[in-house]
Amino acid sequence: MSELSFDATQKLPARRHVRALDAVVLTLLMLALWQAIGSWTHGVAVSPPLQTLVYLAHLLGTAMFWDHAAATLEAFLLAFVLSALIGLVLGLIFGIRRFAGEVAEPILAGFYTIPKVTLYPVVLLLFGLGMSAKVAFGVMHGLVPMTLFTLGAVRNLPPVLLRTARVLRLSPGRTMRWVLVPACLPDIVNGLRLSFSLSLLGVLIGEMFSSQRGLGFLLVSGMAQNNVPLSTAVVTVIVMIAIAANTLMLRVGRRFARRSA
Amino acid sequence: MTRRHAALIVRTAILASLIALLEIGCRFGVIDTLTVLAPSDMVASMVDQIRSGELDASIATTFSTILIAFVLAILLGTAIGPLIHRFARLRDVADPLLASYYSVPTFIFYPLLVALLGLGKAPLVVLGILSAAPAVVISTLAGLDGVAPVLMKLARVHRLTPARTFMWIVLPAALPHLFTGFKLALSYALIGVIAGEFILSGTGLGYAISFAYQSFDNRAMYGVMLFVLLVAVIANGILYVWEGRLARRRSRG
Repeated sequence: MSELSFDATQKLPARRHVRALDAVVLTLLMLALWQAIGSWTHGVAVSPPLQTLVYLAHLLGTAMFWDHAAATLEAFLLAFVLSALIGLVLGLIFGIRRFAGEVAEPILAGFYTIPKVTLYPVVLLLFGLGMSAKVAFGVMHGLVPMTLFTLGAVRNLPPVLLRTARVLRLSPGRTMRWVLVPACLPDIVNGLRLSFSLSLLGVLIGEMFSSQRGLGFLLVSGMAQNNVPLSTAVVTVIVMIAIAANTLMLRVGRRFARRSA
Repeated sequence: MTRRHAALIVRTAILASLIALLEIGCRFGVIDTLTVLAPSDMVASMVDQIRSGELDASIATTFSTILIAFVLAILLGTAIGPLIHRFARLRDVADPLLASYYSVPTFIFYPLLVALLGLGKAPLVVLGILSAAPAVVISTLAGLDGVAPVLMKLARVHRLTPARTFMWIVLPAALPHLFTGFKLALSYALIGVIAGEFILSGTGLGYAISFAYQSFDNRAMYGVMLFVLLVAVIANGILYVWEGRLARRRSRG
């Protein structure tokens, strides 16, 4: 996965103002586009921004919405935590054991690029309908990027760090805790960021295909009942949460990168 | 070189033994064949369905959709990338957008696209473009950023016209990044289109899998699934090997 790298550009005050202006212009353009699509189709596909926000405000007051949101959140958090922990450990192991890493990496990279949706029926057959299938599907999406990012970080580590750990006779656990994890932190945060969005995607797809609860289900049922404001509102909520979480993790990642640089 | 070969051998051995284990498990009743089919049955089912021609229509629909989405994503991405690269102000706006683009599960727009464009090829193509084009933009930008300033100076010294500078300096220098972008675009378009067909559609391989699942036809389901996965793995594998060759040829200079 290619990532954008941000060089630390000098922030002249004038440039910052221009940027802020551009960001406002961009937001307005997007809202205008949204409005245009909404009114062009007379709201049969997408409800316009203002109407969606009003509906969303009403939706946030219903217990039904929070019930679905809680189901998604529970499945997602489980999937994300499992992906992050297992991916971190696997990545560290494959990073240190070079040969194991060389054996595993193409398999993982291959798994990353296949359409995993096609495997969802198998997950359903194995885990049954319900929470555990969604979680498993989320982990299938989130585990690999976390592993690959951690693996890459450990592999590119200056060898002197590991030699120091050996000189100090640190146990494997302590080497991980005191040397590997701190040294790889910026990449680990990047892996977490990717793992976050992909396990969310996995859980949502799971809910959209066959589930009776969750935001993915709510979205599809909004479609099926021809309740356009509902489906638009659900999409809006998911997009906002995803962008907020990503921005936060980008910031954290950049702070770690600056500190270790 | 030998190390790489050794890794390849071990990898093949691991995968082969996993498949063998699954086969044995299914044959001896350790694994419930109502849940998972034996690999040999999956292959047999796949071959049957391809031979009988019942998959022909689905194959044609799915791959033409993927191809259209892939080509359009590349055209769009390689057009937008240089534009953003050229104007710093546009860049300032686009960078944060691109950085958080893939955090949004684009797939959730699919139901809206279906409502907007009707059930058919159009929403799938748009979904494919939405998932693939930004990757092309990102890697085009990376490629253009990666052109060493000294190369541009060289072009100026030789008084190359902009067109020649592009053909002889920029394009060769940016090619590895572009290639990575195309590779990602293919797998994202593939994932997007098949996922769309799977969740909500009336045709295509993704639909064939979900239809077989819904009608409890596990044999057909595993057959189509194996076919889709094989095609994806082979397509991505070819690009992966090709990319590796490009990179090694470059590093040799």
